[in-house]
Amino acid sequence: MKILIRNGRVVDPASGRDEAADVAVAAGRIVAIGHVPADFTPDRTIEADGCIVAPGLVDLAARLKEPGPGALESELAAAAAGGVTSLVCPPDMDPPLDEPGLVDMLKFRARKLSRCRLFPLGALTQGLAGAEITEMIDLTEAGCVGFSQAEAPMRDNLTLSRAMQYASTRGYTVWLRPQDASLSGGVAASGAVATRLGLSGVPVASETIALHTVIELVRQTGARVHFCRLSSAAGVDIVRRAKSEGLPVTADVSINSLHLTDVDIGYFNADMRLTPPLRQGKDRDALRAGLADGTIDALVSDHTPIGHDDKMLPFGEAVPGATGLELLLSLALKWGNESKLTLAQALARVTSDPVRVLGEALGSLGQSAGRLVEGGVADVCVFDPHAEWQVTPEALHSRGKHTPFDATSSGTRMPGRVRHTLVAGTLAYSAEPSRSAEVNAA
Amino acid sequence: MLARRNPQLNAHGELIHLLSIEGLPRAILTQILDTAGTFLSVNDRDVKKVPLLRGKSVFNLFFENSTRTRTTFEIAAKRLSADVINLDIAKSSASKGESLLDTIANLSAMHADMFVVRHSESGAPYLIARHCAPHVHVVNAGDGRHAHPTQGLLDMYTIRHFKKSFNELTVAIVGDIVHSRVARSDIHALTTLGVPEIRAVGPKTLVPGDLREMGVRVCHDMREGVKDADVIIMLRLQNERMSGAMLPSAGEYFKSFGLTEDLLALARPDAIVMHPGPINRGVEIDSRVADGSHGVILPQVTFGIAVRMAVMSILAGNDA
Amino acid sequence: MTSLALDAEQLYAELRAGVGRLLTPDTVLVGIWSGGAWLAQRLNADLKTDRPVGTISSTLHRDDFGERGLGAVEAATELPFEIDGARILLIDDVLASGRTIRAVVNELFDYGRPASVELAVMVDRGGRELPVAPVFASAKLTLPNHQRLSLVRESDGRFTFAVKETT
Repeated sequence: MKILIRNGRVVDPASGRDEAADVAVAAGRIVAIGHVPADFTPDRTIEADGCIVAPGLVDLAARLKEPGPGALESELAAAAAGGVTSLVCPPDMDPPLDEPGLVDMLKFRARKLSRCRLFPLGALTQGLAGAEITEMIDLTEAGCVGFSQAEAPMRDNLTLSRAMQYASTRGYTVWLRPQDASLSGGVAASGAVATRLGLSGVPVASETIALHTVIELVRQTGARVHFCRLSSAAGVDIVRRAKSEGLPVTADVSINSLHLTDVDIGYFNADMRLTPPLRQGKDRDALRAGLADGTIDALVSDHTPIGHDDKMLPFGEAVPGATGLELLLSLALKWGNESKLTLAQALARVTSDPVRVLGEALGSLGQSAGRLVEGGVADVCVFDPHAEWQVTPEALHSRGKHTPFDATSSGTRMPGRVRHTLVAGTLAYSAEPSRSAEVNAA
Repeated sequence: MLARRNPQLNAHGELIHLLSIEGLPRAILTQILDTAGTFLSVNDRDVKKVPLLRGKSVFNLFFENSTRTRTTFEIAAKRLSADVINLDIAKSSASKGESLLDTIANLSAMHADMFVVRHSESGAPYLIARHCAPHVHVVNAGDGRHAHPTQGLLDMYTIRHFKKSFNELTVAIVGDIVHSRVARSDIHALTTLGVPEIRAVGPKTLVPGDLREMGVRVCHDMREGVKDADVIIMLRLQNERMSGAMLPSAGEYFKSFGLTEDLLALARPDAIVMHPGPINRGVEIDSRVADGSHGVILPQVTFGIAVRMAVMSILAGNDA
Repeated sequence: MTSLALDAEQLYAELRAGVGRLLTPDTVLVGIWSGGAWLAQRLNADLKTDRPVGTISSTLHRDDFGERGLGAVEAATELPFEIDGARILLIDDVLASGRTIRAVVNELFDYGRPASVELAVMVDRGGRELPVAPVFASAKLTLPNHQRLSLVRESDGRFTFAVKETT
């Protein structure tokens, strides 16, 4: 199908392009940015007046399991509604992604839906049990872009170092959540708030000890490691030093840790029950600075859809996690605005930089994913940067309605609203006027 | 974050739930203490009942067992002429069974007017208060490590009874504070009522530094902690709350933090010694001190019924 | 607050005379908080009864608890004598619907079983909603429903009346 995106402002962080230009799409590729041939006859025209035409977002962390059947359909629809055209999902599905057949099936189902490209992480160990390593070569051939333990911390450094060593044979990246197995049992971040509320705490040491351990193993094995969901100032410092040493490490931060602190738990609001837990103001400041200076490479949604019953529980019993695919763009823009960054700088962290983290795992797709380049894949997000909206259950496509940014608890106005999303040149999402929960921007 | 009204107060600032002492204005604490004084005299009458809660149903929901607290609430409710229903919902994590909110919904359908809730998870009563019917009042009888407001209030009543004014007191709270909901409630009450010096005393594993942010002075030395104290509140060493090794032994604890007669001599001559009970003799407190003239442990029990009667009658008289 | 053309001291004098005629060697005076309590204290002293005077509050037995909540806590009941078998004369400043008297009698019976209970008031303003009757009233008058009448004890101990408009 031939599509013309007209009168938009094209912003491509990778090339630095920021100009008013029309974009022509055909056969799944971008055929022209500006200078559209006069004989280009589109089957469909998208009016992008007042809108930004940006690369489709690349989300390095979105869970697709639960709640209930049809989860893949609804969550990929949520991705498209959020302007996300590629997402990486962790291996903690049911069953865990430790067999090539499971990965094939998942990718097949996702491809049929044509909403979003799906890049699964394979399990680092069988059943995520932390004992035997998986068949990483076969899993990579099936489509895995890296290997991960999801939320299951490795208890055994010997196995971890062997797994990292094996992965590094082929240059596979190991994705690890920096949390110490025995220190991470608490439900909130250690500190004055947890003490006052009587909630068991996760000390910063859980993150720093794990970071130090893994970095030491990186030095020994030469494995590439991506640290998932930094949460503390100390953690940012450790990653910064490791990078300055030239070690092959990258890191991401979630939209939740980027914007919230432990004080936001308020009166035991279970929507704030997250892992990693929300830390203090100085940690949030360090995470924001780290994302701005590139110590942290990418911003992720950490999308985890959770059923209502699993959140309507006392804080410590509630299942941790929050919905996020549809908030990634707005929260990236919000952070960019508050940190006085340019639109391109903010968008880079959710487009070209995540692609850089994925590196060779994307294969040839890596040359044009996360960017707008003539001849490249047509993964595009058209959004209105001036529209504001509030997060309500009706406004969300995901089956997970629980988020800390819910209008009733936070009152946060989300900047930016996706109008259209294209994946491989197909229209994956178009905003219906009645669906939006927009408020009039001043 | 939206500024959220304290869920314990209605739009007029009146108490509709008692979930925690934190966030309650001093005037409300004083009202409860004053009202408790009135109810104390009821206990001396021939007819120890007043009809304030007649026709109301008070449901004791104890997800965590406690015979003594439950009994005190039951006596208090019955003296107010309420109908009392006791529900011991033994919580087992293995068998999930009915969810907390489903339990509440079912009980509300049985026309409960007040829930007295004890739960092992901090924050559980807030969840209940958010989801129960508007006319239902929730009293927190202890949630995890977070709060035990009626115990805090009765401790304040005891202090006021013996010391009259809060304005110039030095109060020491000794023991397993990190795991203690009673300690947290006491600290909030003491700071709200204007006590100038509050000390949290115990080993570092039981008295973490960030307690300072609640307005207390942290002491890891018992002699420093009880010096010139007017009130010493001894907490029970809670074996069941400690997961893993926080203390080597009860014996070693007693040697450094047990209240002996020698240590008591460092406090003010008219100091009072309090303990929420039950007492572990020879662990946190020497028997002679517990039974001695400074101890006010038994009067605390009588005050407890009056304080709970005060809380329930104030709540019952306020609309959501 | 406006002063009615009622002389409280004059009415007190009549109350004192009326109560004096009702007293027996066993009678104990019990004043209903707050106005009745002041009256009972002064009566007890002026009539030289040689017996203690009691104060009683209706707070714990009121029938409007559901609407009004608990109310004033200073009102406490103090009955420094045996209630069983006692001959009690309740004293109040203003009698209207009779509900306060009903609550006070209930409160009294929490303490024991009196031999008899009688009521003497300064002003009976009518509007009874319960079968309550005083054996003595200094004055009987009618007031509009929106006016509240209450006794005031000045700093020098003199009594006056206060009328408040209720909306």
